[in-house]
Order: sequence, then structure tokens, then C-alpha cells
Amino acid sequence: MQLRVRALETILTEKGYVDPAALGLIVEAYETKIGPHNGQRVVARAWADPVFKRALLEDATEAVGTLGHVSRVGDHLVAVENTPKLHNMVVCTLCSCYPWEMLGLPPVWYKSAPYRSRAVKDPRGVLADFGVTLPADTEIRVWDSTAETRFLVLPMRPAGTEGWSEERLTSLVTRDSMIGTGLAKRPDEVA
Amino acid sequence: MDGVHDMGGMDGFGKVEPEPNEPVFHEAWEGRVMAMNRAVGAAGAWNIDVARFSRELLPPQVYLSSSYYERWQLAMERLLVERGLVDADELAAGRALRPGKPLQRGKLTTADIGRVMTRGSFGRPATAPARFAPGDRVRAKNIHPRTHTRLPRYVRGHVGIVERVQGCHVFPDSSALGHEDPQWLYTVRFEGRELWGADADPALTVSIEAFEPYLDPA
Repeated sequence: MQLRVRALETILTEKGYVDPAALGLIVEAYETKIGPHNGQRVVARAWADPVFKRALLEDATEAVGTLGHVSRVGDHLVAVENTPKLHNMVVCTLCSCYPWEMLGLPPVWYKSAPYRSRAVKDPRGVLADFGVTLPADTEIRVWDSTAETRFLVLPMRPAGTEGWSEERLTSLVTRDSMIGTGLAKRPDEVA
Repeated sequence: MDGVHDMGGMDGFGKVEPEPNEPVFHEAWEGRVMAMNRAVGAAGAWNIDVARFSRELLPPQVYLSSSYYERWQLAMERLLVERGLVDADELAAGRALRPGKPLQRGKLTTADIGRVMTRGSFGRPATAPARFAPGDRVRAKNIHPRTHTRLPRYVRGHVGIVERVQGCHVFPDSSALGHEDPQWLYTVRFEGRELWGADADPALTVSIEAFEPYLDPA
């Protein structure tokens, strides 16, 4: 496949359709600039600042736009909040839709047949694959990203983090907790 | 189309296998495929719905046995030839044999990278009032278009509740065929037992983002 991709890039370059330097910059941006750290900052801010949290749940695109240090986000971002009674999980059964600006490019498992097929039918089984067990009466809400709306899960703030700074809270926010296949870390997991 | 890409609810694919400390790209060529797709799309060769449909059109056995970025590569080759931007003999030769054609928005340059790093807006002005409101009961139509659609099979024929109105958006079913045809978009929530029967988890709800033409009142 490597040779085939290189051949296509040669053809597209020779025909004037792509600039290899621009391709390099795109790759570099996804490898270094755009990743879960963007989402982590948003979640930590929501945990620390109730006003921001309300704004985020109301209109996530606009709320994220107010955070200067987070890269600009495209339209149609929706944040959904986990509570003791409700656990949200995000999937794209049809392809791989994912909040790139918040979390970077999706991991292989997110794009894989096992996840896409099972998340909407057996989310507890999927959670078990991630080592997560929820109480049987916790409602599980699965969001299938079938349009250009993008979903970011706002995980529950772990107990024992009262008084933590936003910066410190960031260390508890995992990528999977923002997809809904994981929970935020406990303080003793990052000590 | 009723393709293998429409995976929701299928059995037999096994466990989900998360990879600890997964790299952004496992091989350098994956990044090049991703970037070529983004660059050619930004240059106006095609839109995202056309690109998605081209991946869905891969033969099922190819789709299932290829990695994600392999699918992107194969579908991109197919689209380039289909649109007359690259010829089959050039793919075979591994080099250009003829000059390129002009692209709608021109080649993406290093100065223009910002254009692909922020998602575009898919919202469009409404041409008619929304037919449904939050709380309405709706039934997903039992339709089986041979072309691109974002109505997954597992909800077709089932009744759900409109939860949010997301505005009027480009309609992928039409966009894949070349015109935007904006439609109202709703979040529609289904009970797990409505979708999967009496044995399903009673504490499960599933929502899809449903365009108005997918829905009937129920």
C-alpha cells in the first residue's frame, strides 16, 4: 500500500492537484497540534466553571470558541453531560464521524467493525471491553453521529477533586472519557 | 445503499480492541492518504458526501478486509478516475501522462492550510418551517435508496421521539449526487427495546441525527 500511495501522490503532484509541502503540514498538524488536549481543556473548564459548563451544554460550538487557547472548532458541536443516572457514548455506525477538533483523529477501534456494530446494540458489552462497568439502572444513551453534528461527552468530575485547579483537573480527562467508552481518572490514578 | 458500511446492530465482529498509546498514524503512508483526501477535497474536486459514498461503493469483501486508510486510498483512486481527474493508465504507470485539469477552488497551498483544519459549516437557511418539534413521535421511513443515505438500517420502520432540532443542514443523500438540497435535521431518540426487541437492555436509548425526509409522523 505504501508504494501505491506514493504513486498516487506523485501523480497528483505532477498534475498540479496537490502540493506535497501542504500535505506535510496537514499531517504535522494532526500529529502535533490537534488532539485530545483540546477536549481536555474544555472538560476541565466545565468542571471548574459552572457558567462555562452551562454555556457548553447550551451551545458547545460557541462556548468552545470563547476559549482562546483551544483551536477553533467547526460548527455543530454538541456537548452531552454524564450524570450518576445517565451515561453517554458516541459512535458513528456508518463511517467514522468524530469531533476532530476536540479529540484529534479517531483511534482505530472507533472506526472498527466491532465498535460500530455493537455500540448501538450492546453498549454495556462494549464498555466491558474497556474494563468499565456501570450500575444496571444507569441509563446508557448512545449518540450515533449520522450527520455533521459532532458530540463531545462531558464526563463526571471525579470525587476527591474539590479545590483542584483547572490545570490539575485536565490530567484526569482521558480521550475515552470524552467518547463515553471510559470514565475520568480518579485522583489516585494520577498521583 | 444497503452496504456493509451500515454496521449498527450486526453481530460477529468480535471484541473492541483498544490499543494503549496508539499513534496518530501507524504508517507514514496513512498520513499522506488522509492529507491527500483533505487537500483534493479542499481544492473542490468533490464534497465529503461524495467521498463517503465512494467508500461505501467499495465491494463488501474489499471494504471489510481493508484498513481504514486503505479504504480511503482505494475510494480516492476510484473517484479520481470517475471524475476524469486521473486516468487509469496513469495509476498503472505511477506517474502523470497528461496535464491536470483545473480544480474548482484551486490547489491547496501551504499558506491555505487553515482551510482544512477547521470544519466547514453545513447549516443552511431554511426554505420551509420545520415539520417536527421536540417531543413529537416520528417513525423512521422504511426506505432503501440505492444511493448514499445517512439513515441507518437499524432504525428503519421504528418509532422514536424528536429530542432536538439541529437546524437546516446540507442533505447528504442529495449532496452525494451533487446538490445541497438543505433539509431540517433532528436528533431522534429510540428506546433500546423498540430497536432490538423485548430482550434488549431496558436502560438503553439510542439516537440518530435524522433529516426530515427520513421521518413520518407517528
